[in-house]
Order: sequence, then C-alpha cells, then structure tokens
Amino acid sequence: MAKVWIPPLMRSLTDGQQIVEAEGESVRELVAALEERFPGVAERIIDEGRIRPGWTVAVDGAVQNRGLRAAVGPDSEVHFVPAMTGGNSNRT
Amino acid sequence: MAGTKQNGTGKLAANGQNGYKVIGTRPVRPDGVDKVTGRAVYAADVQMTGLLHGFVLRSPHAHANIRSIDTSKAEALPGVRAVVTAADLPVAEDKIEDLGEGAINLKYLSDNILAHEKALYHGHAVAAVAAVNPHVAQEAAELIEVDYEVLPPVMTVDDALADDAPILLDTLRTDSMGEIGTEQTNLASFFRHQRGDLDAGFAGAHLVVDRTYRTETVHQGYIEPHAATALYSADGQITIWTSTQGSFAVRGQVCEILQIPVSRLKVVPTEIGGGFGGKINVYVEPVAVLLSQKAGHEPVKVIMSRADVLAATGPTSGSNVRVKIGVDANGKISAALAELYYEAGAYPGSPVGAAANVSLAPYAIDNLQVDGYDIVVNRPRSAAYRAPGGTNVAFAVESVVDELAEKLGMDPAEFRILNGAKENDRRPDGLQYARIGQIETVEAIRDSEHYQSSLEGKYRGRGIASGYWNNWGGQSSATAVLNPDGTVNLNEASTDIGGTRASIAMQLAEAMDIEYEMVKARVVDTDTVSYNDVTGGSRTTFATGLAAYNLGQQLIKEMKSRLADQWDVGAGDVSYEDGTFSAGGESLPFVEAAGLVQREEPLMASSTVHPQDFGPGFSTQCVDIEVDPETGKITILRYTIAQDVGKAIHPSYVEGQMQGGVAQGIGWAINEEYIYDDEGHLLNASLLDYRMPTALDLPMIETIMVEVPHPAHPYGVRGVGEVNIVPPAGAIANAVYNATGVRMDKLPISPANLLEAMWAQEVETAELVPGDD
Repeated sequence: MAKVWIPPLMRSLTDGQQIVEAEGESVRELVAALEERFPGVAERIIDEGRIRPGWTVAVDGAVQNRGLRAAVGPDSEVHFVPAMTGGNSNRT
Repeated sequence: MAGTKQNGTGKLAANGQNGYKVIGTRPVRPDGVDKVTGRAVYAADVQMTGLLHGFVLRSPHAHANIRSIDTSKAEALPGVRAVVTAADLPVAEDKIEDLGEGAINLKYLSDNILAHEKALYHGHAVAAVAAVNPHVAQEAAELIEVDYEVLPPVMTVDDALADDAPILLDTLRTDSMGEIGTEQTNLASFFRHQRGDLDAGFAGAHLVVDRTYRTETVHQGYIEPHAATALYSADGQITIWTSTQGSFAVRGQVCEILQIPVSRLKVVPTEIGGGFGGKINVYVEPVAVLLSQKAGHEPVKVIMSRADVLAATGPTSGSNVRVKIGVDANGKISAALAELYYEAGAYPGSPVGAAANVSLAPYAIDNLQVDGYDIVVNRPRSAAYRAPGGTNVAFAVESVVDELAEKLGMDPAEFRILNGAKENDRRPDGLQYARIGQIETVEAIRDSEHYQSSLEGKYRGRGIASGYWNNWGGQSSATAVLNPDGTVNLNEASTDIGGTRASIAMQLAEAMDIEYEMVKARVVDTDTVSYNDVTGGSRTTFATGLAAYNLGQQLIKEMKSRLADQWDVGAGDVSYEDGTFSAGGESLPFVEAAGLVQREEPLMASSTVHPQDFGPGFSTQCVDIEVDPETGKITILRYTIAQDVGKAIHPSYVEGQMQGGVAQGIGWAINEEYIYDDEGHLLNASLLDYRMPTALDLPMIETIMVEVPHPAHPYGVRGVGEVNIVPPAGAIANAVYNATGVRMDKLPISPANLLEAMWAQEVETAELVPGDD
C-alpha cells in the first residue's frame, strides 16, 4: 500500500498519525480511501474537483502535473505540499 | 578565477570531452551585436503611427478608502484622449485561477491594476490618462480629484498581527490548509511542515541556539522600468508589446482582468532589461489596453518611472524569522524549528512557501518543524524574486548554524558537511532528494584556495553560508524549421534574460550534431508557438532546453527516414555520426542532406514538454570583508561561490548567473531596504536613495562550478539562476561576526545598523566589566 504523509495541519483528522497507508492506483483513489477512514480529509485536500489551490501532490519525490489523476504505485510515497511555480509561491 | 569540478555521471554523448561538441563551449550570444549597438528594441522603444502616451495616477496614501474619483477636469484638457479608473474594469470574481505565476485571486489581481474601493499602498494605481504626449497625460492626471478617507497604515508583520490591527481586506480569512477561519484578519494563510519528535530532539540536545531575525522589503532592481504599448483594434483584436518574463503569463492575466478570450490577444515580448521575478505580474499592460480601447482604438504606450517601479511593482517580502537548532555533542543536528512570518504586501501571496523549503534544506534533519505565515501589509503586492523568500530565511538559518559551529569549536564547513543533505535525505516538506550536490559545494569551498588562505588584519572577517533552491520544470513548447542550407530556425517563447537563446540553441545543436552557429534562435509571440511558462524558477535552460533536445531528435530521425527512402534502404539502416549520414555505401554531410530531404516536402518539428523531475540547486559561498569601525561601512575583499550547476551548457552564462546572484545578494545584505515614514510613505523611491551595489563596490566574484549532472535531463541540466542569491546575506553576517564579534539580527547590515549594533555591544561589554570606562 502507498504511504501518505499527512500534512501536519490535517493530523487532527488522522489521530495524530504522520504517515498513513492507503490503497489506490491514483491520487484520487488514495484520497477516497483516506476519506473513508478519516472523514474530512477529502474536503481539506480537494476543492472543486482539483487539488486545493496553492497546494500540489508529490508522488515518489516528484510533483505531479496530473494532480488527482496522477498514478500511484503500491510502494509509492505521497505528499501534499504547498505548490511553487515560476519562482514564487502561490498567491491565494 | 573560475573553476569546474565534475561529480557523478550524466547521460552523456559518446565523443569528445564528456562526449560534447557544443555543450560546455562559450559561443558569442546571438543578441550581442544589437544590444551593444543600441539596435535592440526594448519595450519603451516601440513606436507606431498615432501613438498616444499614458500616465498613471497613484495613491499618495498607504491605506485609504476611495470615496469618489472625479475625472471631468482631466477629460476636458485639450490633448487628452481617454481617462480610465477601476470603474472601467470588468467586475472580477473573488476566485482563484492559475495564470502561470501560480494561483491568483482574480479580484486581488484586478484591484492591484487600478484600486477599486481601497488604496492599499503608497503608489497604488487609481486612474490613468492617455494623451497626445506624456506631458499632457501627466498634467491631466494631476487634475483628477480623488476623495480619500485616510486609514492607519499596517506596515509590518507585528503591526498586522496586533489584536487591534486595522484590516486591509474585508473578506480575507486565514486559510490553514483548507480550514478557513471565521474572523477578519491580516493573516492570509498558515502552514506547517513537521516530522519526527521535535521535543525529544531538543530535550536531548547538547547545545541549542534560538534566535529571531528581521529582514526588510527589497526590490528586484532591474535596470529597465516596466513599459507596454497596447493597440486595441477596431476589429476587437488586441496586441501588447511589453517587457515581460512570460508573454503567455501576460496574456493569461490580461485576459482574466479584462475578461476577453485569449484568441483576441497577442502578446509580443520585446527585449528585456532584467526581471528577476518582477516582470511576471502585469501592471501597465491592462491599463494600456483599456486606454487604447477608450481612445478610439489608437495605440497607447505607458512607461513607468523609476519611482513608480519602486513604489508600485514587485518587491519581495520583509520578514521576521525565528530559528532554533539543537545539536548533539558531536555537532549532529538533533532538532530544528523555523517560524517564518512573511509580509505579502497588499494582497496575499508572499514567498513564504518557498522560503519554508529553503530554510533547512541543506541539512539532514530527522526532527523538524517549519511554520509559515503569509501576512498582508500596506506595501506593494510582493512579486516573485530571484529565489523568492530564500535569502531572508537562509540569513537566519546560516547565522544560527555558524553560531553552533563556533560554540562547538568546529570548522563551519565541516559542520555543514557533517550535517549535509544528500540523496534520499528529506527536504523540509518531506520529499526525498534524488542525486544532489550540497555536500560537494561545501567541499569545493573548504578545499578552495580562498578558504585555505589566511586573512590578516583588524576588523577583517571571513564567513561562509550554504543555500538551496527548488528550481522548477514548467511547460515549454518550441518549433524548429530546417532550412535547405542546413541552418535551423528555432522558435521558442521563453524570454531570454540570461542568455537562454544561446543555451537552448546549443542543446538543439548538440542533439543534431551541428555547429551552434547553424541554429538561429528567436523569441516569438504568443500566436506563433504554443504555451510557455515564464522564464522563472530557473527552469528555462532546463525545460525549454529539453524541448529543443526533442526537436533535434525529431529532425534527425525524420532526415534519416527520408534519406532511407532516397537511398532505398530501411530507416534503421541509416546512421548519423560526426555530422554525416551513411547507409549502404552512401554517405552525405548534414548540410547537403538538409537540401536533399526537402526537395519534395519541407521539414519542421515541434515539441511540448512539462517535465516533473527538475533537480534542485545548492550553493556554498565564502566571503572576506573589512568593516570600517568609524562608519560601519563593509568592504567586500574577496568572494567565492561554489554552486551545483548540473551541467554548464554555456559556462560563461552560468558564471554570469552565479556572479549576478551574489552581487544582488550582497546588495540585499548590506544596503537595500524600503524605508517608510510613520504614515506609510515610501521615502527612497530612487536609485540614489535605494542603494544597489555597482561594479565599483564589488571585487571580481570567483566561481567554482560543481557539476553534479541532473539524472532526469539528457544533458544533466539543473537550473542555475537563483540559488546563488540565497547564501550571501548569511555569509556576510557570519563574516561580520568574525570581523567584529557582533552577531547581526537584521538586514540590511547597513553602516547605520552595523554601527548601532557595534555600539550596543560596546555598551554591553562595558557594563559587564566593572570599573572599565
């Protein structure tokens, strides 16, 4: 199962766990699996069907252009982190 | 003095030194002749029949409600063709879109172009005029009557977070990763990176240093002020000629602000006189379009003055940064905490997210916490900068690291090597590094003649510091047209700021095994190639270079295919080596093949890329300084930068980026700051009073290019434009301590600030020695 690093500000939803294992072949499926176990997670990560503005997802160390559609392997490591583009942070 | 150290292996070609014929050489830049002869066309040079001139009226107040704007007297002035205010802008939605610079709230974007109900900083645009000449436009602007209700300004992080702080934006609520606050606030967002057990790490520490630092607002300081010309044709088609780091970013922003489809707007990038992140946001472009439309479809040019540039465009954030680091008795970091409070300016969007990643990135740390706060204040909306946010936080972290090394009795370079991040370690946000070169840059400095030399003399000191920058991939597209004479026209839309026409053309030439001079690179408009992200994030030579590499591969493959058809052999039978195609006893030099393969059909190629595996950059730097104890002036005696550059495509340009970043960082460290009065008026909006270093202030900056090829690029390219500005302030602060015994806790280390700190230390020392007067 993939290892999802839970952002610190969301760990209240995961009983304080920093890393949670979840099953899914895409980021969207992972988030859905997390939501089943930890209600409220999806709302914090997704906004209008996309990763929340100002944030991005990284799989196995690489920021994913495909967002929720990005593929996830069985041993992948997944992070949700603040997005950075064009020499700056996002401005939301 | 310059040097190169090569580490590791990349995916190299098979012939010549490192396998390359073009990469690693230093050809003449294609724009050189036009620039030195004055023929290069910059934005302010654009001329056309019927050109009108714009002037922007700006708020004299840092924080004020706008009760009304009366433009009637201005409109009545002879020679005036149009006057616009925020009322001429479409109503912007309070929603967030990604426009190439990152996610932007469209209402804030629009409000920054022309203030709607509120002026949020001294210099905020409130109205604009187009007239037959600039003088009439300015005179008319001064006839515009704006009724302001002046409000108390909020100028710093501390002001903004005070319990009774005036609120800048009525609808702003704190966003804590999707958890939205309910109260009005100036704190736009809060985030945290955290891993391990921070309390246990500090509890078990042998030594802990905990300090707080302050840095001031600084500007990118490009030589060329913003300028744009717009023509809103009677048929609805719009063209903008402008100086920008991203023509597509301009198109995206202007189309959102004016609510027009992208098909109606063409953006033509002119030559650019520097950007450093400050020429990504639009300022005068939408205003020029509105004026052109309202003036009866005549072209309108708007040029910002230097004072306007400093007052109303892109500075980067001032900040308060707390850093606490604990180490064990061997000097290994056991825990680290960083709290970053960044001033975003009038609208959310400081570079605090990037700063958080820079903060502790050079070090391998198991127990770590980084908190980031994005805070609005009555200063210009912050923009991107060279490694935005990085210099602030590296100044703080590298000062603490230096203090720890000193207290442990360790050499500061050895401390950094002991704790240095390497492959598979984690950066502050938790992502694991691929192959990186941080430790190699420290070793390069440690082993340098500079670091090994002795430094004699009172009030002289040496300091070192390290730094990180994330770099970026982004989207690029390019086309290549093969001419019958064997030359190649390379069309790309990445603004050439630091020599990227050459560095991209060199990658195409290398991929095709032809001479660099056979590639004619040009930067084209938004109608000519597909989307390109901005020249920013140190991405252009990496990503657009990758597109160029792909173009070369495509052209050679198609040439082989067509020659196979000509020679009646299988496509796989045609080989290409040393500029000659061969198969079945036939052979043909590239130049002749270029003609032969196009007798029946022209040949061109296109490539689009969006690479995700962009390698970060690291730099370690060493500086010797001398402090004048009478004036507090710092003289830079010697400066050496080592930087992991991946693979230097054009070494002269890489060295230039390294030296440029250091020079800019030195200015930030010892001189540059925005100075405001108590009412929020900017007092030093000129280059006389906003002091940037000149050639006379700096020695030749020595460069050591450490080449750790990036594994995800065919030539090992890493971005090189930004990381070089991250360490200078920390290195200089450490040198100041070495020279004077004073640990500076704020930037700039200007003569006034340094003297004050030295005097304070003298008083403190005297108080500690009874009877010593």
